Amino acid sequence: MITGFLIRALDRNITVAIAVILAIAVLVPASNLLLSADNPLHIPTYIMALFGKYLCYALLALALDLVWGYCGILSLGHAAFFALGGYAMGMYLMRQIGSRGVYGDPVLPDFMVFLNWKELPWFWHGFDMFWFAMIMVLVVPGLLAFIFGWFAFRSRVNGVYLSIITQAMTYALLLAFFRNDMGFGGNNGLTDFKDILGFSVQANGTRAVLFALSAIMLALCLLIASGIVHSKFGKVLVGVRDAESRVRFLGFRVENIKLFTFVVSAMMAGISGALFVPQVGIINPGEFAPANSIEVVIWTAVGGRGTLIGPIIGAVLVNAGKSFFTGAFPDFWLFALGALFIAVTLFLPKGIVGTVAQYAASRKAYRRAQATEAAREAANQAEAGPTSTQAAE
Amino acid sequence: MLIRFISLFFLIIFAVAPSMAQEDARALFDALGKANFKQAEELVGKIASTGDPKVVPALEAFADGNLYARKSDGAVFIGTAAGANLALTDPMSGEKAGEEAKGALTKVKVNNGLRRAIRSALGGLTLLSPDKAIRMEAAQSILKSPSADSLELVETALSNETDMAVKAALEEARAASLLISDRPIEEKKAAVATIKAIGGQASLSLLSTALNSADEMLKPDIEAAIKSIQDTQSLWAMAQNIWYGLSLGSVLLLAAIGLAITFGVMGIINMAHGEMVMLGAYTTFVVQEIIRNSAPGLFDWSLAIALPVAFLVTGAVGLVIERGVIRFLYGRPLETLLATWGISLILQQAVRSIFGANNREVGNPSWMSGAFELGGLTITWNRLWIVLFAMVVFAFLLFLLKKTPMGLRMRAVTQNRRMASSMGIRTPWVDAMTFALGSGIAGIAGVALSQIDNVSPNLGQGYIIDSFMVVVFGGVGNLWGTLVGALSLGILNKFLEPSVGAVLGKILVLVLIILFIQKRPRGLFALKGRAVEA
Repeated sequence: MITGFLIRALDRNITVAIAVILAIAVLVPASNLLLSADNPLHIPTYIMALFGKYLCYALLALALDLVWGYCGILSLGHAAFFALGGYAMGMYLMRQIGSRGVYGDPVLPDFMVFLNWKELPWFWHGFDMFWFAMIMVLVVPGLLAFIFGWFAFRSRVNGVYLSIITQAMTYALLLAFFRNDMGFGGNNGLTDFKDILGFSVQANGTRAVLFALSAIMLALCLLIASGIVHSKFGKVLVGVRDAESRVRFLGFRVENIKLFTFVVSAMMAGISGALFVPQVGIINPGEFAPANSIEVVIWTAVGGRGTLIGPIIGAVLVNAGKSFFTGAFPDFWLFALGALFIAVTLFLPKGIVGTVAQYAASRKAYRRAQATEAAREAANQAEAGPTSTQAAE
Repeated sequence: MLIRFISLFFLIIFAVAPSMAQEDARALFDALGKANFKQAEELVGKIASTGDPKVVPALEAFADGNLYARKSDGAVFIGTAAGANLALTDPMSGEKAGEEAKGALTKVKVNNGLRRAIRSALGGLTLLSPDKAIRMEAAQSILKSPSADSLELVETALSNETDMAVKAALEEARAASLLISDRPIEEKKAAVATIKAIGGQASLSLLSTALNSADEMLKPDIEAAIKSIQDTQSLWAMAQNIWYGLSLGSVLLLAAIGLAITFGVMGIINMAHGEMVMLGAYTTFVVQEIIRNSAPGLFDWSLAIALPVAFLVTGAVGLVIERGVIRFLYGRPLETLLATWGISLILQQAVRSIFGANNREVGNPSWMSGAFELGGLTITWNRLWIVLFAMVVFAFLLFLLKKTPMGLRMRAVTQNRRMASSMGIRTPWVDAMTFALGSGIAGIAGVALSQIDNVSPNLGQGYIIDSFMVVVFGGVGNLWGTLVGALSLGILNKFLEPSVGAVLGKILVLVLIILFIQKRPRGLFALKGRAVEA
C-alpha cells in the first residue's frame, strides 16, 4: 500500500522537484562548509540562512496549497499554525539556555525571572526534552486545527466566512500572545537562544544542518502532499473543492475529509515554524499577524494554486523579491506586493506553474493535433494515390 | 468741650479699633513663625476668630506653604518667587513689602493636620462672605472635610442663608459635620439620611469613616445608607458600561456599515475597506489644514465641510477600484479578497509616502470637546456626537435602501441578479454605484473616527477585523443585523473589560463569535431563500 502511495506520488514533475530540493539540501551546505571563502562557488552563511528561511516559507506555502488548492479552504490563519510550531521549538530552545541567561536562573527563562515568577508554568514542563518538543510541534498546531476544523466544518461554515473566522482565530492568538501573563514572553517573544541538541545555533555547521533539514523536510512534505492528492482520497478532495454538495450527496463525509486535510496541513505549517525559529533566532507574537497569513496566500497564488510545486517556487520568488526590494527601495516594496496581489488575481489566476503547465499542455495538444492531421493527410494521400492512378487509367 | 472731647474719643476708638484688630492678627501671624505645629493650629483658630475676611489670602498662602518668617525680626510675610529672591507681601494689608533673598527667610512649616485646620478655618470665614459663589464653595469644602468644630459655624450660616442652592449645600455640610460631632442620635440619623441622599464616592467614604466611631444604635442606619449608596453606584456603573458599549458599538457600526453594503449586496470581501476609513480621516486632516491656513474662522465647521468631501473622495476611489479591478472578479470571492488586500497595501503605502508614517493631528471643533455629567455618568461630547452620527448614517442608509429607486435596484440585484438583469436593471452600473456608496460611507466614518483615534496610515487595519466580525455576526445583507451586531458586540466588549481586562475581553469576544458562527453560519439575521446558496 505504501509503495502504491509512493508510486502514485512520484509523477514526473514531483520527482524532478524532490530531486532538485534534495540536491540543494546537499550542495548548498557542502559549498558553505567545504569550499574556502574566496572560491567563486562558495555560498556565504548569511545567504544560506536567508534561503533556509525561504525554504521554511516554501513549506508553509505548500501546507496552505494542500488545503486551499485541493480542498478549497482559504485559510487566512495558517501563520497561526506556523507560529505555534515556532513557539514549541522556541520553548525547547529557551529551556536549553539554562543558567546562561542574564539572570542565571537554572530553570526559569529570563522573562519569567523578570516578571518575578517563582516556578515554571505547567505548560512549560517537558520542553527541556527534544523529542517532547518535536511532538508538540506537530500536536499543538494539529490539535488547534482539529478543534477549530471540527467545529467549523461540521456546521458547514464555508468560503469567505471560513476565511474570516480563520483570520479572527489568528488575530485572537496574536492578542493573547502579546499578554505577558500568558507565559510566552509577551511582546518580546522568545529569543537569545544558545544551542540546540548541544550544538550552538550560531555555528556554521549547525546552520548548514538546519538548512539541509529544512530542505529535506520540504521534500518529505512535498512527497506526502503529492501522495495525498494523487491517491483516491485526493480525487475526492478535488471533488469537495469543486462541488461540495455533490460529493456529499454521493455519500462521502465531506467534513471528515476537510478535517483530515486541514490537520495535516496545520502540522506541516507547524514543522515549518519549528525549522524557522532556530534559523532566525527569534519567535514573537508578530508572527501571528493576520497580514502574514495573507502573505502566505499570495506566495501560493503567485506560484500556482493547486500545483504543489508552484507554492514552493512562489514563496522563494516573492521572498527573494521582498529581501531585494526592502533593501534597495524600502518604500517601494508594499506597492510591489500590492500590485502583485492584483496582477496575479487578474492576469495570472493559475499562477506561474499553472500557466506554464497550461501552455505546455496546449502546445502538446497542438502538436498532437498537428501530428494526427499530418497522419490523416498521409493516409488520405495513400488512399488518394491508387484512386489517381485509377483515374489515370 | 466735653462733647467735643467725647466725640474725639469715639473718633479715636472707631479709627483705631479696626487697626487694633489688624495689629492683633498681625501679631498672631508673626507668632506663627516660631510656633510648633500644635501651637500653629491654635493660632490659626485665633486668626480665624478675628472674623476679618482680609486674613483669607494669608491663610490660603499658609496652606500652600508660601508663608515665610524674616530671620532678622521674625515678621511673617507671604512670599512669591521673584527670580532668586522672594517678593514679600504683608499678610494683613496685602501691600508689597519689598524683596528678600531666600536665605534671609525661613519657611513657616505646614503639615496635613495643619492644612485641615486651615481649611476648616477658611470654610468658617468664607461661609459668611457676602459673595454667593464663595459661600457655596465654602459649604462644599466643609462637606469634603467635615469637622465637628465647624458645626456651629455652619449652623449660624445656615440660619442667615437666603439662597436656596447655598442653603442646600450648607445642609449637606451640616449633616457631614454633625455625623462626627457629639450631637444626640436622632439628629445624627437625620444627618445619615441627608448624606445618603447626596450619594457618590465622597459620601460613601464619609459614612464609612463615621461607621468606625459611631455608636451601636446608629450603626445599622449607616450600614443601610452605605449599602443603598453602593447599590446606586453599581447601577450607575452599569449605566456607564452600557454607555461605553454604545459608544464603542456605534464606532463599530460606522466602520462596518459600509462593509455591510458591499459585502451584503455584492457578496464581495473588501479588505481595502479599512483604508477607505483611513482615507476619510486623512481627508478631514487635509480639509482642516486648508481651513487653518486660509479661513481659521471656519474651523468649527471643518467636520461639516469634511463630510461631503470625504464621501466624494472615497466614493470616487471606490468607483475606480470597482471599475478597475473588482468587476473582473465577480463570482470569485476569494480572489476578490486577495486583490482588495493588494489594493489596501498600495493605499496604505501611498498615504505613508504622501503624509509620512507619523500620526497626524486632527483637531476637535469646540462643540465636540469637553464633557458633561448626567447623574452619575460622565459623557464626553465627541462620543455623544459619534453615537448620534452613527444613528443618522444608519437611518440615511436605511432610507436609501428602502425608499429610493436606487435602493430598490440594489435590493433587486441582491436577491436575484439574473432576474434583475432581465427586468432591465443595469446590474454592472448598480454594482459600481453600490461599491462607491459603501466606500463613501466608509469615508464619512473616517471623518468621525478621526476625532477619537490616531490618524495614521494604519488606522484602517485596526478596524477591518472588527468590522468583518460585526457583519458576519449580524448577518450579511441586512442593515438591522449590522446595527444589532455592532451594538451588542460593543456592549459585550465593555462588560467583559472590567472583569477580565481589555485584551482578554477582546479575545473572548472573538472566540464567542467563532462559536456563534458554528451555530448560525449566516449570522443573526440571515437572508432567507435562494440568495443564501449563491
